[in-house]
Amino acid sequence: MKQSEVRATASAQRRWRQVKDGMTTATITGGGVGVLLSILLIFFYLLYEILPLFNSAGIESEEQYQLPVAAAPLYLAMEEQAEVGFRLAENGDAVFFNTENGQQVLKRSLPTTAAISSFALESEETRVFAVGMEDGRALLAKHDYRVSYPEDQRLITPSLRFPYGEAGMEISDAALSRLAVRDSEEALVVVAVSDGHLVGRRWTKEEDFLSEEITLVEENLALPTLDISADYLLIGPRQQWLYVLSQQGGYRLISLRSLEIVDRGEVTDGAALSDVRFLLGGISLLTADEDGSVSQWFVVRNAQQGGQYGLQFVRQFTAGGPSAMLLTEHRRKGFVSITDDGHLDIFYSTSQRRLLSEELELKNVLGMAISPRADRLLVELQGGEIRSFAVENEHPEVSWSVLWSKVWYESYPEPDYVWQSSAADNDFEPKYSFAPLAFGTLKAAFYAMLIAAPLAICGAIYTAYFMAPSLRRKVKPLIELMEALPTVILGFLAGLWLAPFIERNLPAVFSIFIALPVGILIFAWLWSRLPVSVSRRVPEGWHPLLLVPVVIGLVIACVELSAPMERAFFAGDMRAWLTNDLGISFDQRNALVVGVAMGFAVIPTIFSIAEDAIFSVPKHLSYGSLALGATPWQSLVGVVMPTASPGIFSALMIGMGRAVGETMIVLMATGNTPIMDANIFEGMRTLAANIAVEIGETEVDSSHYRVLFLAAFVLFMFTFVVNTVAETVRQRLRQRYGNL
Amino acid sequence: MYLQDKEKQGLTAWFKGGEPLIWMNAAAVTVSTLAVIGLLILLAVRGFSHFWPADVFVAEYQLPDETPAVVMAERVESEDVAIEQLLSAGFTLDTDEPFIQRELVKVGNRDVSGADFKWVLSRYLQNTYYPEQAIVLERREWGNFYGFLRGLKRDGQAIAAADDEALWQAFQQSIERAETIHHDIERVEKKEIGAINYRLEKLRLRQRGLELDEALPAAERAQKQLEIDSERAELDAAYAVLQKELNALYAEWNRDSFIVETAQGQQREQRVSTVVHAYKPNTMNFANKVGFYFGKFAEFLTDEPREANTEGGIFPAIFGTVIMVLIMSVLVTPFGVIAAVYLREYAKQGLMTRIVRIAVNNLAGVPSIVYGVFGLGFFIYFVGAEIDQALFPEALPSPTFGTPGLLWASVTLALLTLPVVIVATEEGLARIPRNLREGSLALGATKAETLWRVVLPMTSPAMMTGLILAVARAAGEVAPLMLVGVVKLAPSLPVDGNFPYFHLDQKFMHLGFHIYDVGFQSPNVEAARPLVYATALLLVIIIALLNLSAVALRNHLREKYKSLEM
Repeated sequence: MKQSEVRATASAQRRWRQVKDGMTTATITGGGVGVLLSILLIFFYLLYEILPLFNSAGIESEEQYQLPVAAAPLYLAMEEQAEVGFRLAENGDAVFFNTENGQQVLKRSLPTTAAISSFALESEETRVFAVGMEDGRALLAKHDYRVSYPEDQRLITPSLRFPYGEAGMEISDAALSRLAVRDSEEALVVVAVSDGHLVGRRWTKEEDFLSEEITLVEENLALPTLDISADYLLIGPRQQWLYVLSQQGGYRLISLRSLEIVDRGEVTDGAALSDVRFLLGGISLLTADEDGSVSQWFVVRNAQQGGQYGLQFVRQFTAGGPSAMLLTEHRRKGFVSITDDGHLDIFYSTSQRRLLSEELELKNVLGMAISPRADRLLVELQGGEIRSFAVENEHPEVSWSVLWSKVWYESYPEPDYVWQSSAADNDFEPKYSFAPLAFGTLKAAFYAMLIAAPLAICGAIYTAYFMAPSLRRKVKPLIELMEALPTVILGFLAGLWLAPFIERNLPAVFSIFIALPVGILIFAWLWSRLPVSVSRRVPEGWHPLLLVPVVIGLVIACVELSAPMERAFFAGDMRAWLTNDLGISFDQRNALVVGVAMGFAVIPTIFSIAEDAIFSVPKHLSYGSLALGATPWQSLVGVVMPTASPGIFSALMIGMGRAVGETMIVLMATGNTPIMDANIFEGMRTLAANIAVEIGETEVDSSHYRVLFLAAFVLFMFTFVVNTVAETVRQRLRQRYGNL
Repeated sequence: MYLQDKEKQGLTAWFKGGEPLIWMNAAAVTVSTLAVIGLLILLAVRGFSHFWPADVFVAEYQLPDETPAVVMAERVESEDVAIEQLLSAGFTLDTDEPFIQRELVKVGNRDVSGADFKWVLSRYLQNTYYPEQAIVLERREWGNFYGFLRGLKRDGQAIAAADDEALWQAFQQSIERAETIHHDIERVEKKEIGAINYRLEKLRLRQRGLELDEALPAAERAQKQLEIDSERAELDAAYAVLQKELNALYAEWNRDSFIVETAQGQQREQRVSTVVHAYKPNTMNFANKVGFYFGKFAEFLTDEPREANTEGGIFPAIFGTVIMVLIMSVLVTPFGVIAAVYLREYAKQGLMTRIVRIAVNNLAGVPSIVYGVFGLGFFIYFVGAEIDQALFPEALPSPTFGTPGLLWASVTLALLTLPVVIVATEEGLARIPRNLREGSLALGATKAETLWRVVLPMTSPAMMTGLILAVARAAGEVAPLMLVGVVKLAPSLPVDGNFPYFHLDQKFMHLGFHIYDVGFQSPNVEAARPLVYATALLLVIIIALLNLSAVALRNHLREKYKSLEM
């Protein structure tokens, strides 16, 4: 081979090597940055899932068309898909129309026997309504829809049905000027105002056992005479309450069981009412008045007035203008208010949020409907003009105040912190208060730290400063092995072994906390009294080994004496004594169990960091102190500890972070009830355990799902901040040691 | 010096010198270490004793004012209770001793008496004896049975036996035969019919894919349809054959039956096929028991669970844990090492790298449930759903990767353990003396060559340490897995004989979750408890071994570089 060839090969090889080098650099830089970015992704993804919770609602004008109408609307509604609309007019015309273009799908006239004089909606969900007529009869009807898929195309066939017959039912012999109906499995109740008086009828449904046929048993309700004009009539869903309100704002709450007026008062300060509606579920009453305020009221049992029921003002919203018309959502506790001149607001009751406030520039709003999924609005104007709007309002339930403040939930006697994310019924008010969860998290962490911090730090001090090196080499790995123990095992032992053990041996648990320190001190004193020839046999730094029999003996003694103590002091059953004599409720899986189990999990974390911090304090510092005549304890307290204290602080922070985020132990060792009670004998539910319990059952992208992501984000941020502080402190400390 | 103080001080001086506080600190060490050791001992005792065949006693049990009953049971545990507690629980007692011993006994026969376990007061157990003929049956359903063997039937005809011993031998043979047939049944059901079902499902998906593919020309479509139809016909035929075979096997399996009598004198006839094991604990000597013990232990490791996981083995859980950890290791090692190498060797050292380092360190402290939530939201509902849209449209709306499964569990845990690997590797890189790198560079090697030939080989023990710690953490982690892939009972293993043999989209079982599920979600916690202890013990042993090897590796590594630093 010629030299030039050799050179060429060499240079080719060199070039190839350089290419390889470049490629490696690129790969590693790319890969490294990629990995680090993917870590950032966690943060941003959580944020991405959470942010929609705090978005406002949006509205967009869609279609505009004319319906051929002969009379003003009584009622406007839409079916599930918001494809078919329903309009009932004052003359009894019931029209189903396409909401896209207003095309008529079906038209029927109600089989009325006289002119319609009043209208009542049973509820949005059942789609049942009633009309009252001039001849004193009432007719119940239901707009119903059947969905079929001929040739894979959705076809919605509307129909009008009459659940109690087309003939209607006689309520009175005079015209019904106001009407209210409520239907249930057990009974149908109709209340009307006729000739200035309240008339009520109840039809109890009785089922024949054999034929399963239902017969209606009619009953006249002797309602009290009113001293206000009954302009608004509403019946609650359990047919317990009849609400009567006058235009001037006076109200009477009548019990349909005792048929007496239970509560009376005013819902406004003299302003005239413009609309009254039930919120979903029929528990809360919304009233709108001419001053433009909308108030929420519900019946609570007033503790001060001897358990009397009364209508309670709960919260207030400000509509965009005076005399608003109200419309409530079908599936959530939200509502819409629209003023006569087209100012639209969307509210949510629980979170007290105004999600939207928009000037729609409409004149003379006559009627309005919201689709069951709350994604479409229909507004009817003068002359049958219909405007449709698309509404985007995904997560109205959550606000800062819902998460962290007391909220007055429906049927609760007072505002409270409650976490209850789901229930069996559809008209349930979700309660997303993080307060009990955060409280539970901190409670669990507190009890864990109460047990772990002294043990871990004292242990670290001894191991780092006093212990014989050969013993230290054995003890340290053992305690660090603790850190690797899966928490599911600790949780399982805590829940299935420790919790029953503590329950059975309660006195032992408390006597151990007293007997151990005292016993050890006595032993130490006796040891110092021993002749030197004996005590010298145990070399320096081996105290813990000496204490092994002492600790074991004391623990066994306490457990053995537990039953006699229980007998002597607590009449044989300390648990019953706690509950009956002290009034402390006791759960088997309680904070004490969690404290011990989680303390066990946190000890190694704190121990190893604190031990490192103390052990790496330069030795010459303590030698100097000892040389000046200080005892070992004095040099520890005076010299070593001040130097190592930042390290110990960071150890505590990191231990705390671990206790806050621990899931399995809490999940298994507590009852997971979200209560706010510092009692050591009661359980709790933590943020982490809550996520584990609930996230499997939520619908993806629902508010609940996002709230759980928010909980994860809170945990993430909390531990991240705590750990960063701890880590920064530790790095500082390391630098300081370097300088010493 | 302080222990051997020559002059005896007074109590106050003793306190002032700080001696008692030193003792208290020493006590903290003692308590902590004793707690660890005690926990391990508790697990070992309870876990290992699960497989020991306990003797079965028969006794008369008569509480005052109640009719006497015969109890036949194994002893489980005993404790002393204060008499007040018993009185308040409604017992009538004819004694006023302050404490009364009560025992938890396993009476089995859940199908006869309703409950497996019973608390009895020891003082009212009379005429206790250990009958030699007492048998224990482990059954596929309804837990253990305790009683006496009274007869054996084949096809409904009683088999004559010379004496009890002969009957017992015949019974054992019959059980063995049933067990062999059961294996055949399982093979046919799980492997062969399972494979056919799997291929039928694939065919269904192909059919659906064909329907979705609108661009396909008609001729080709007909051709493919033909293929599918013929294959389906073939599979249906094979299925019919197997079904016939299965029916024959079942008939054979259920051929024998036996008659047992409970201690209360009730006779029952049962099929031999319902029994897994039968033994006479009271006639077994120590050697027999040891043999039985190890047999049970092996069964525990290699068998599938029975009876809602409360009986039988935990093999699928072990297998699932191992597979998940393996996939996780394959993912986490390269990425962790690359990130560490970048941070230490390539990135410009400064404030930025310090911040990144702190952030990475902190991620190790972020609660694992947060990773689970992230995995569920991002990997499963976001990435997984996209993959389904793109690659498996024919299976929709039932998700393939858009649902929790093995792959996502592994990826989530890889993310969770990434900081562990990064930190360990970085530590290893930092320990390599500078002069080694400089030497390599001075000899003309490029940076990549130095890295590949000098730095990485020397760091390999550190990487191993990181990986082992990561594996140990992943093996014990449960909270995130509950969200991203584990189930209480997986119908099949993620690795099987069906193409592509390795099913990353399947759900799997996991040791840690098994503990949680059986211990807390099981309908019969008392019966399941020993099994949970055994499972926990196994998990602890695995993780302790992994950790100890990591520690050993770390020490080895330190020694190695000590010599280099000279």
